[in-house]
Amino acid sequence: MAMTDVAHDAVDYVRPAEVAEEALYHPKTWLGKYVFSQDAKIIALQYSMTAMAVGLIALLLSVLMRLQLGFPGVFSFITPDAYIQFVTMHGMIMVIYLLTALFLGGFGNYLIPLMVGARDMVFPYVNMVSYWVYLFAVLLLLASFFVPGGPTGSGWTLYPPQTILPGTPGADWGILLMLISLAFFVIGFTMGGLNYVVTVLQARTRGMSLMRLPLTVWGIFMATILALLAFPALLVSAVMMTLDSVLGTSFFMPAIVSMGQTLDYSGGSPVLFQHLFWFFGHPEVYIVALPAFGIVSELISVHARKNIFGYRLMVWAIVVIGGLSFVVWAHHMYVSGMNPYFGFFFATTTLIIAVPTAIKVYNWVLTLWRGNIRLTVPMLFAIAFVFTFINGGLTGIFLGNVIVDIPLSDTYFVVAHFHMVMAVSPVLAVFGAVYHWYPKITGRMLNETLGKFHFWVTFVGLYCIYYPMHYLGILGVPRRYYATGVTDFIPESAQVMNAGISIAAIIVASTQLVFLYNLAVSTTRGKPAGDNPWGATTLEWQTATTPPSHGNFGKELPLVYRWAYDYSVPGAKEDFIPQNVPASGDTGDAR
Amino acid sequence: MALAIILVLLVVGSVLFHFLSPWYLTPIASNWNYIDDTLTITFIVCGIVFVAINFFMAYCVYRYRYRKDRRAAYEPENKRMEWWLTVFTTVGVIAMLAPGLFVWAKYVEVPDNARLVEAVGQQWKWSYRYPGADGILGTVDIRHMDGRNPFGMNPDDPNGQDDVLVNGPEIHLPLGSPIKMLLRSKDVLHDFYVPQIRAKMDLVPGMITYFWFTPTRAGRYDVLCAELCGTGHYTMRSHMVLEEESAFNAWLATQPTFADTQAVKVASAGGSLAEQGRQVAESQGCIGCHSIDGSPSVGPTWKGLAGRTETLADGSTVVVDDEYLMESISVPNASIVAGYPPIMPPYQLDEGEMAALIAYLNSL
Amino acid sequence: MSLRRQLSTKPWLAQRGVVTDAGGFVGSTPKVTLGAFLCVASMVFALFIAAYFIRMTYADWRPIPVPALLWLNTVVLIGSSMALQWAAVSSRREHSDGMRLGLTLGGGCALVFLVGQWLAWRQLSGLGYFIDSNPSNAFFYTLTAVHGLHLLGGLGAWVRALVRVRQGVEIARLRMTLELCAIYWHFLLLVWLVLFGLLLVT
Repeated sequence: MAMTDVAHDAVDYVRPAEVAEEALYHPKTWLGKYVFSQDAKIIALQYSMTAMAVGLIALLLSVLMRLQLGFPGVFSFITPDAYIQFVTMHGMIMVIYLLTALFLGGFGNYLIPLMVGARDMVFPYVNMVSYWVYLFAVLLLLASFFVPGGPTGSGWTLYPPQTILPGTPGADWGILLMLISLAFFVIGFTMGGLNYVVTVLQARTRGMSLMRLPLTVWGIFMATILALLAFPALLVSAVMMTLDSVLGTSFFMPAIVSMGQTLDYSGGSPVLFQHLFWFFGHPEVYIVALPAFGIVSELISVHARKNIFGYRLMVWAIVVIGGLSFVVWAHHMYVSGMNPYFGFFFATTTLIIAVPTAIKVYNWVLTLWRGNIRLTVPMLFAIAFVFTFINGGLTGIFLGNVIVDIPLSDTYFVVAHFHMVMAVSPVLAVFGAVYHWYPKITGRMLNETLGKFHFWVTFVGLYCIYYPMHYLGILGVPRRYYATGVTDFIPESAQVMNAGISIAAIIVASTQLVFLYNLAVSTTRGKPAGDNPWGATTLEWQTATTPPSHGNFGKELPLVYRWAYDYSVPGAKEDFIPQNVPASGDTGDAR
Repeated sequence: MALAIILVLLVVGSVLFHFLSPWYLTPIASNWNYIDDTLTITFIVCGIVFVAINFFMAYCVYRYRYRKDRRAAYEPENKRMEWWLTVFTTVGVIAMLAPGLFVWAKYVEVPDNARLVEAVGQQWKWSYRYPGADGILGTVDIRHMDGRNPFGMNPDDPNGQDDVLVNGPEIHLPLGSPIKMLLRSKDVLHDFYVPQIRAKMDLVPGMITYFWFTPTRAGRYDVLCAELCGTGHYTMRSHMVLEEESAFNAWLATQPTFADTQAVKVASAGGSLAEQGRQVAESQGCIGCHSIDGSPSVGPTWKGLAGRTETLADGSTVVVDDEYLMESISVPNASIVAGYPPIMPPYQLDEGEMAALIAYLNSL
Repeated sequence: MSLRRQLSTKPWLAQRGVVTDAGGFVGSTPKVTLGAFLCVASMVFALFIAAYFIRMTYADWRPIPVPALLWLNTVVLIGSSMALQWAAVSSRREHSDGMRLGLTLGGGCALVFLVGQWLAWRQLSGLGYFIDSNPSNAFFYTLTAVHGLHLLGGLGAWVRALVRVRQGVEIARLRMTLELCAIYWHFLLLVWLVLFGLLLVT
């Protein structure tokens, strides 16, 4: 309660930069400091840890799926029902509850206030509630493993009618828990998301004009706007589906004879659901990708000791991609039975989006060009991100071009593509970001040897998993199959590939334990990091204490004199000039 | 250094894999070579970009590796280069999009002389309908569907009487003439998918979808479902036989019309009772979920089923005799064997069919 | 500086080494936040309406009769919105009586509106128009429910404002709350007019 008063009465009339530190709410108790904390940094850690915990469950599910695919029939506890339940939960958890929550709730909370030079989010109390609602949504989702019938097995796209009909596991309890959990996730996210957007708009410190913002903030900012506008579509479709399931309305449900029984539905449109779902689902791809874009831009610039190439174009590309992402959704529906003439429009918009995306890739590579590249662990991950993203982006052109999509849709090509572009790439960006900012969060460095081991196995392993998988799809192997059985077009050798992929997946998955070990042990045993171990320019590295205390910046908020990428400025003494350093003889500024 | 080498190795490995691996498009059996051509164009353009950018990146990583005595260049932007790259990318995108849209225009325009054939999907089997001599498919409605009329044919529609109904595991099509596949679903989304045809489309309950193709290569191909449709999705199979017009006509003549199915009560085909039972099992789609060779499937296997002692979901045990089998066919959810989902629909078979099916089960 | 000009500055050249003002957005933080929230809420209603238009084109759609009561409810909601506007204006002019009256009246009218909506539901279901009998009914119940929930949320803020007025919090500190309430109410009125128009026209 106290906090909202501050938000109302202080932030209201005084410029944000002038909020006195004394006005901030300082927790008095242990519970207030670490559990019901209103400090964005603590909330960020809560979000991250919850997301990672639930992500580990999803990782385990993927290993179970791979066991079935690589060695069909060996693991008898994986039934056809269980398999599609694993598929569904793996997808939903990874996309929404891990990646979205981690990028926006985790990195967004930690980095936005620090990078824009604010003491905290503008509404810390709402921010805290946002986390607890998210946690509740996660628990609801996990509860579906323990209800009769288990979690829903309708695929993460939840397409009606099968979602709520017998013949799909979890058609009564599992799906309801899923829909309610999603609704709570959206509500919780909206609370957090409004905070992130308004903080970027209103609480930037003096001198931090929009074009001086680091690209990380731009990426998270734009992704949050996308999420705020796209999640309502998920909410709306979840509400309508719940009504179809519970009250017997026919929003999405046509007349159906299911398992010999004529049902009470009539006239509804399953394709309508798909439109709503993908109106959310496609921007969701960019909700995950844009923060990764921003973070990778940051990492490449810092560790190549060179300003990001074409900053303005990078910002515009983020904005343009964000805008276009709302008019490409039906490229997920080329074979859905919608009016085929839509194909012309959506194929065109989809391929237009390739242009700004390609520009981002060029600019990352051109930042490396003539740089002074330090191959630190974060940099390794950033370069690996660019590599896998190029691969995943290019296969996106196959699937976006409507006629090429026809033979490939619903095959392993799609699975390989979207994993490469929105699983492997963002996860590599996440790892890079963790290795990069861990020293700021804990004050200690992560172990570099373990980090490099983790990097090589993860990067090469993931590429070996997903690159060959494309060719299964070109061959025509359909996705979401419990077993391919006997066919005339899949050679025996495909099973060899499947087994190989499964073994690689198990190796990569278990290597993540090394990462977790490194995270845990380095909090106490890591090398002390100092305030700015990478020589970075952005404000989070210029705090008085590391880790930053509540209020982030001590007595005085920093003033911003320059953009975020003054690396290797000619005439300057050091190869970086922090954003809060005024012009002097050492900075090479022409006055 | 290591990173640059690995990047180069991954690129070279990817390209080699593309050319050397045994996994690529299945030999095409329809007129959609255009689709394969567009795919090839896309592969060429994207392949060049993939190799070029990654080689350049590997070069940068090696050439501009960290040296204490060097400073990175300071170059915030380079308008000319950015313009060139944008133009270059746009040209590449147009090179892929234009032929794609050109082929798509062909895909959505069905030739006027295309023959109609309907594929009907349900969890988890395919069945097919041909328009018969009048060339017109009769009207259908969900309300007409029952065990005797699985296609939901309108009994009062004269156009439907001569429709040929194939309630079995094969669709036959003649080579050389365009086919318009009409797609209809009874329950959930499915997708009619034959890899060698390239074209595919979802079946959506409540609406009729379609695509068209011209069969060009004789053979027997797998039909699969490509849209997740529940537990038995992966078992939803059928076969497509592409053959000469004469062979096709001969086959079609052996299939019953709607009028036939309403007139004939029991399959009068010769052979033993068990053989008749096998035909019942095929026509009712039982084998979609029950294997006859002991392999695991959605439902219990039929191999050695008769006489076996099964544990039910409530913990009690039952010996599988004729009585239990009859109950399980007509009221499947009354007593479910432990470990199986209660998802089987009830079947109303007449006495002759039931006796035949039981005889078949006893013979396995 | 316009947004377009801001976004086209070259940050590595422009006023390098100088603190430029944060510039940022016009307006106070709570108002910007409310604006952003209204964008999200608009999206929810817009998507429902889009779904309505698509679903309408299917053969089984039978329009639902619009109860006359809804006209009365509309008038009440307009009154509610106007009363809150009055309260906000009064607080700006430091008229404490007008503010109290406007606030009480505004929330009261909103409550009456909700009761009215509930009565309309009762009327319709009494006539046999249940939520599952036709998609138009389903949309009617769903849309009015979602609108009503938004209004209920607003009433939460209203109760808080009322309590603070009763506690005798000084007018200057209430001004922002009242303005936010008024804006939110106008938004919900607008949404209701659109929804009601939709029901009447289709």
